[in-house]
Amino acid sequence: MSLQPFTQVSGQAAPLLAANIDTDVIMPKQFLKGIDRQGLDRGVFFDLRFLRDGRPDPDFVLNQPAWQGASFLLVGPNFGCGSSREHAVWGLQQMGIRALIGSSFAGIFYDNCQRNGVLLITLEEAQVQRIGRLVGQPETARISIDLQVQQISLADGSVVDFHIDALRKNALLLGLDAIGGTLQRREQIKAFEREHLANNPWLS
Amino acid sequence: MSAAVMTARTLYAKHIDSHTVCRLDDQDHVLLYIDRQVINEYTSPQAFSGLRAAGREVWRPGTALAVVDHVNPTTPVRIAAMPDAGGARQVSYLAENCRDFGIELLDILDKRQGIEHVIAPEQGFILPGMVIAAGDSHTTTYGALGAFGFGIGTSEIEHLLASQTLIYKRLKTLRVTVDGALAPGLTSKDLILALISRIGASGASGYAIEFCGSTIDALSVEARMTICNMAVEAGARGAFMAPDEKVFAYLKGKPRAPTGALWEQGLAQWRELRSDPGAVFDREIHLDASVLEPMVTWGTSPDQAAAIGAHVPDPQAVSDPILRQDMRRALNYMGLEAGMALSDIVISHAFIGSCTNARIEDLRDAARVIGGRQVAGHVRAMIVPGSSEVRAQAEAEGLAQIFIDAGFEWRQSGCSMCLAMNDDVLAPGDRCASSTNRNFEGRQGAGARTHLMSPAMVAAAAISGRLTDVRHVGERP
Repeated sequence: MSLQPFTQVSGQAAPLLAANIDTDVIMPKQFLKGIDRQGLDRGVFFDLRFLRDGRPDPDFVLNQPAWQGASFLLVGPNFGCGSSREHAVWGLQQMGIRALIGSSFAGIFYDNCQRNGVLLITLEEAQVQRIGRLVGQPETARISIDLQVQQISLADGSVVDFHIDALRKNALLLGLDAIGGTLQRREQIKAFEREHLANNPWLS
Repeated sequence: MSAAVMTARTLYAKHIDSHTVCRLDDQDHVLLYIDRQVINEYTSPQAFSGLRAAGREVWRPGTALAVVDHVNPTTPVRIAAMPDAGGARQVSYLAENCRDFGIELLDILDKRQGIEHVIAPEQGFILPGMVIAAGDSHTTTYGALGAFGFGIGTSEIEHLLASQTLIYKRLKTLRVTVDGALAPGLTSKDLILALISRIGASGASGYAIEFCGSTIDALSVEARMTICNMAVEAGARGAFMAPDEKVFAYLKGKPRAPTGALWEQGLAQWRELRSDPGAVFDREIHLDASVLEPMVTWGTSPDQAAAIGAHVPDPQAVSDPILRQDMRRALNYMGLEAGMALSDIVISHAFIGSCTNARIEDLRDAARVIGGRQVAGHVRAMIVPGSSEVRAQAEAEGLAQIFIDAGFEWRQSGCSMCLAMNDDVLAPGDRCASSTNRNFEGRQGAGARTHLMSPAMVAAAAISGRLTDVRHVGERP
């Protein structure tokens, strides 16, 4: 399965700057009962987005007019910690999120985003806070991310550079299917495996 | 890198080196060979669907073991049928996938069924020196056996099923040395909660942890599993310990462990699995276990923990504005006031279960604390054994009767109220003393409040009806 390539994307960015937002909060348990990836946009941040009576909570940022349909999230440290549930990423993606900007991301969530073509940008915490304040104002909420040149363009005219491994960048730019790429090394894997099992015969 | 550093390698480096099929760039990305994976019903369906859609096979079906654990009910009498359509579909699709791709499945009625991270060691499926990846964050548990385990998402499960490999970026290394004797009544759960509260929920982010020191050496293999299991709550993407004679004794005779000459051959190699003297870690932490007290969490992140004798902390006293805001939010969700004694927190529920703390030693600990006492009248208390074999053993040892006599519900095994994917869900406002691993908002039910602690501490709380120092059970406040 190939992914939607990420090249240059513009859109609204919503600030969600609390620390340690976990995948239980991003995608609560009641949305994990499928055998496909469908319908997960409904579950994203469910307990934050909706009041107990089912109405949208007007205080939650993604329910406010300026950030409805946001393409990006500015997030606090350790975003995506906890459970390995990839449903969290699928849901964010179905909601229209293409990239997240934060100071640190949990490891499994990070890999899950990469495998789905969602760009994660890691910046210094102070930088994240600055951008967060900017996009927290409706009139300056729009940003643009250019992966090729590794730059975020902000509404105040400033440009922020970011770092990304060439391997990840290339996969995102091209929307590469990781499995297809790995299976091109089939013979190499088989050769490794033969030797590995010979050295550790109890693994056979 | 100097020649000396090149030759003296950490245990982590040895595991990764010996499993590297090839390097993928000069940025520490490698194609990593994975020896084993464990599969559950809720994170695997889309991976199998992906294989089907692409017409791909499973590379080595014998290296995977599947089990139903997350969605099944844990009612005291085992029922095969899932009560909800979604869970039923996941369970039947897992059976279909295992049948079509040739993977062994321990289904809900199998006497070896249980929580994946309890049954995989129990069955001897995990051996020292292995690298294991599985679609569950608590795969780190296997580090207690000298294997390196880590959690992955569904896309990676598919990649692993199709190729036996993962595209992997090497981690930095953190050595946590723990010395000093744990005081009576304390367990490895208190130790790992203390470490997480010290370094934070992302304190080990980007690192693989190697635990060592006299305290770790003195712990049982099961107690070590609790530590490796919860290392992920500090952000570690893997945590392990060099295997020792206790590990080998634990594994010998397990159903899938090698026997005869193969066992001897394995043993000879496993004894060499340790960091070389002089190996350099990217970071070092030392912990004195002798000063620890029983720990409980007061917030909504596992690092928001304190000794049971302490008070709910005051956000006003925190200078960092982000941290202060997080604390306020946590206390608001938890319904707690700054300054109140943790031992004054009254609970409505007590839960002993999960891949963190529902093994036989955990149940023995809890039974010892209960010792003929009764669960407080206002508390609903449940014990969900980590596996069907643990359940059977607890019954054979007479532990189950102690629990039942005390007023605990004695249930069938599964993940249950640790994450409440099945019907074991708390109601808004319920407050639970829990031997599990995550106190996240809504984890055990929307609006429900979780306090993490050791199984012995849960038993103490169940009896007194409030958070209680296990060393003072039975004393009236």
